[in-house]
Amino acid sequence: MAQGWESLRKDGIHDPRGPAVKDKQEPAEALSKLTPDTAGNMVRWVQALEKGEINPRASIRPGTKIQVYDSDVLLNVQGGMPIVRFPHRQHTEWLDCSNCHDHLFKAQAGANKLSMLAILEGEQCGVCHGAVSFPLTECFRCHSVPRPGQSLNTVPKTLPGGSIPPRSR
Amino acid sequence: MMPWRAGILLLLAWLAVLPLPAAAEYADVVLNRRAEAQGVRPVVFQHWFHRIRFRCKVCHAELGFKMRVGANDITMADIIDGRFCGACHNGDIAWAPDKCDMCHSGKRGLPTGIVGGHETGGPGRW
Repeated sequence: MAQGWESLRKDGIHDPRGPAVKDKQEPAEALSKLTPDTAGNMVRWVQALEKGEINPRASIRPGTKIQVYDSDVLLNVQGGMPIVRFPHRQHTEWLDCSNCHDHLFKAQAGANKLSMLAILEGEQCGVCHGAVSFPLTECFRCHSVPRPGQSLNTVPKTLPGGSIPPRSR
Repeated sequence: MMPWRAGILLLLAWLAVLPLPAAAEYADVVLNRRAEAQGVRPVVFQHWFHRIRFRCKVCHAELGFKMRVGANDITMADIIDGRFCGACHNGDIAWAPDKCDMCHSGKRGLPTGIVGGHETGGPGRW
């Protein structure tokens, strides 16, 4: 995998003898044009959306209420890792409120008992992160707010997750 | 036998049982609850392809797809009637369901599941 995108015929899940495999879009053809990442689909999906590289539809049915909510929540305020800044805006650009509230998270800051173990097991944030949105190896994309006295770069900048992303606004 | 030769044999044995690295794209999904039993190839659903064109909320809020692989029990009758995949795959927004091989393009014998785990194995319950 030169760039991280295998051709469909060799990806291990497509039947290379399938009559329509040649008609399907190849990942490299689509993904190589988008803001690159070092993990997952090797695409910064949030940035690709914000920069207008992609313009995915937000609804297909007339009358669907599209809600984007711009509010940050600080999580893990008592722990040892840098504090988690959860940005509602980037999440609601993609997702509907009902995708997380209230069956995954109560809609009240501080009301949710979050656990990294549960997340790694595919609960809470791990319903998406680790499966479809950026994987759980990218610690500092979520743990992005250093505590007083904490150095900004806890891992070298050259390693994945090693640079703390600027607050994107 | 020299210890290093035993070490090499052990390494080869270990490599032989290692699963091949997943070459599938991150968040690709194989759907084979019904497909193969009914004589067609499993479906390969590709998140990357869809999220270029639609935001998560379209399928996971408007269309009612649950966010667990295997949690959505969908039949071709649903799709032909315009539910789930059929909301777009109707020949209007996307190709119609008569193009069987575009979706039913997977290798036979694959179980339903999310594949292409790039850095993590993905959620344990998936």
